[in-house]
Amino acid sequence: MDSSVLFGAATIGYMLSMVAYIAYLVFRKNSIGVAATGITVASFAAQTVAFAMRWVEGYEMGLRSFWRPPVSNLYESLVFFVWCLILGYLIIEFRYRNRSFGAFITPLAGLALAFIEMTGMSKEIQPLLPALQSNWLLAHVTLSFIAYSTFALSFGTALMYLIEKTERRTEPAYVFWTVSLGALVVLLLAMGADFTKFHVLATTPEEMKSYLFRATFKSGSTAVSMASWAGAAVIVGLIWRYGYLLKRVVASFNVSAGLLDEITYKAIAVGFPVFTLGGLIFGAVWADQAWGVYWSWDPKETWSLITWLVYAFYLHARFMRGWRGRKVAVVAVVGFVTVVFTYLGVNLLLSGLHSYGSIG
Amino acid sequence: MERKEGLVDRVWGLFASVRLAVVLFLLIALTSIIGTVIEQGAEPEKNLMLLKRLFGDSLAPSAFRLFESLGFMDMYRSWWFVSLLALFAANLIICSIDRLPRIWRLAVEPVRPISPQAADRVAIRREARLKGPPDAVRDRVEKALGSAGFKPLHSPDGEDGYQLYSQKGGYTRLGVYITHLSIIVIMLGAVIGMFFGFRGYMSIQEGYASDVAYGRDDSTHRLGFAIRCDDFDVEFYDLSDMPKAFRSRLTVIRGGREVLKKVVEVNSPLRYGGYTFYQSNYGMVPDAEGYFILKVRGPSGDAVTINRMLGESFVIPGTEIVGTIRDFSPALAMDDSGRTYTYSGMMNNPAVYVEFSERGRERYSGWILRRYPSTWRLPDGNLVELVDYWGVQYTGLQVRKDPGVWLVYLGSGIMTLGLCMAFFTSHRRIWVIVRREGRHSAVTVLATANKNRQAFERRIERLVSGLSGGSDG
Repeated sequence: MDSSVLFGAATIGYMLSMVAYIAYLVFRKNSIGVAATGITVASFAAQTVAFAMRWVEGYEMGLRSFWRPPVSNLYESLVFFVWCLILGYLIIEFRYRNRSFGAFITPLAGLALAFIEMTGMSKEIQPLLPALQSNWLLAHVTLSFIAYSTFALSFGTALMYLIEKTERRTEPAYVFWTVSLGALVVLLLAMGADFTKFHVLATTPEEMKSYLFRATFKSGSTAVSMASWAGAAVIVGLIWRYGYLLKRVVASFNVSAGLLDEITYKAIAVGFPVFTLGGLIFGAVWADQAWGVYWSWDPKETWSLITWLVYAFYLHARFMRGWRGRKVAVVAVVGFVTVVFTYLGVNLLLSGLHSYGSIG
Repeated sequence: MERKEGLVDRVWGLFASVRLAVVLFLLIALTSIIGTVIEQGAEPEKNLMLLKRLFGDSLAPSAFRLFESLGFMDMYRSWWFVSLLALFAANLIICSIDRLPRIWRLAVEPVRPISPQAADRVAIRREARLKGPPDAVRDRVEKALGSAGFKPLHSPDGEDGYQLYSQKGGYTRLGVYITHLSIIVIMLGAVIGMFFGFRGYMSIQEGYASDVAYGRDDSTHRLGFAIRCDDFDVEFYDLSDMPKAFRSRLTVIRGGREVLKKVVEVNSPLRYGGYTFYQSNYGMVPDAEGYFILKVRGPSGDAVTINRMLGESFVIPGTEIVGTIRDFSPALAMDDSGRTYTYSGMMNNPAVYVEFSERGRERYSGWILRRYPSTWRLPDGNLVELVDYWGVQYTGLQVRKDPGVWLVYLGSGIMTLGLCMAFFTSHRRIWVIVRREGRHSAVTVLATANKNRQAFERRIERLVSGLSGGSDG
């Protein structure tokens, strides 16, 4: 057995746990909650073993030195992100003895894993190009993804905070969270449709490397694509219309808004220094060692600076009158959106020095 | 109280405000996006194409002119972006100066016994009753405080009791300011680098030396010493074309003397005389003639290393067999029909074609490939290894002189320290009031923490339960 089998099992496990956590939120049955936690812990254990196996495999194949953990291409980094996120989530679940966060955080892991499957990115253990054989890079990547996962946690709890704290449908913060959650749901459903069409019902055509959104938004048929956009709008509309139901659900789990605000802040208070050190400083040191430029304003660097500024905004806005609470929660949500853009959007839409992170 | 503020006060107040800081965060973040969409410092055609896609053919030229006048094509150096950064720096400096005196007092102020009025406002409060009069429990309270990491001070004993009080981590209040300072240090380093630094490029052929680097605008820059490339080599992963390492053996020559030798690799540059040389790229020098370095072993088993040019001959030691180098390929491959061809202009798979003869009679001939040891063995058991084809490659080096870079590193270090202090440590104060209550002592523990209060509260909880756990009071 090699690591990919275990990774596959962990992926399926995480998908199941996502479904279970959402079901737990809806049906409020304790047994479902226990099952969700069980599946998550088992998948996490499987992934941990798989991670260790992949590490050894890379070394035994002579492609990597022993001191190089498998976090060096887009696939490995996404998987590592999921690992950190689930670890962080489990810590929160056990520490606060509350499973309601699961339904908001495990979907982020699910999205990351679905993204791996659907874009058809290479899962091979690849040898490292000379520029990538650097300990600074290793520290840069590892710490960046630890920070990203804490930002993902804060995204989930900030969203829950907004759900609890908003009253009227005309409130900007209400509109904001319903649209954000709507977009998340639409993304998940669209990926589910892709998976059903190209994986369950038929195999992916050879020439189609990435089938992301090919069943919906990027479908060959204009009618399907138009219908998908309309469907997305309807879903967001429905969430906006019936969002108050979700508020009741979240409120029934005894998570106070104060606690959510606290967890959001704590996650960012860990993520921000780690991101500054790992994402910005170590990244700059690596670039300086490799090319003699510690900062070159390439799109990836600039977007990580933007991310940093958004979280700096969050930390400072908390000290401003009238900003505590809803407004800063909105900033925390926006912060994670910039994280996702820094991580994936730049690679997919813009170019830069970080081209090794491209899908391929 | 109403006071008429002068203009200076108002400007000072603005620059000392968090509000300006967050506005600047937002402005810098939003405007930075422009430069990630429009390629910076690119050829005009490239961005014109992009603008055509965004605004259509008819609007693109005017959009281009507008964007160019706003400096969007090189925006991180434009006057308005640099001004934003300057405002940001001013904001940082002024708000730190404005707040520092108050924070400094808080940081260095010794802790004093707490007054009853102040005690009512303290957030963390726990009570316990201990057996024995205040004097008898003093040791226990002190020990409990000590195990929580506090060295307590004593108030003078009153009629019915005393107070123990202590604090930790007052200096951690400075973490925020240390972080702010570090940003200023980094920016200073960047500015120094911009004005007094040099960034350029040089390429040196194997066996040659150069003392000139070329700047971005092709200007020449004299280094004051020469760099010689003794050898350049690429190492690959097994037999693939995936490079594992690029290596340049460089020698620094100053005043005709060799002063330093170093093997430069990606991620491992050469530093000398304020300059840093980074392995950047490499290539073949067109029409260059180099030396084939061969390791030859005859029947006696002793190997000799020789170098020959194309067309030259050599003798296998201990025999009368003469090899003549007839052909060379930097990257030899074979097609399905067994015909050889060159698949790359780079030295991915170097090979020499050698004809061997003995006393004028042709013996055998064939390709000897550097990366395939099986091709080194000749039919008669002698060995000819292709070590290198030397003198035909050049190494491309990035050259940098940046007198500000140490400030950037220093600032990064300070920032790490500041962030750790700001986020992972806190200023904690504790007061323990012990009062006589008949034959018992009533103990009140009061505490404050400027950060992470919950964690400190749990700590206090443990401290108090530890105190009362030891008694039956």
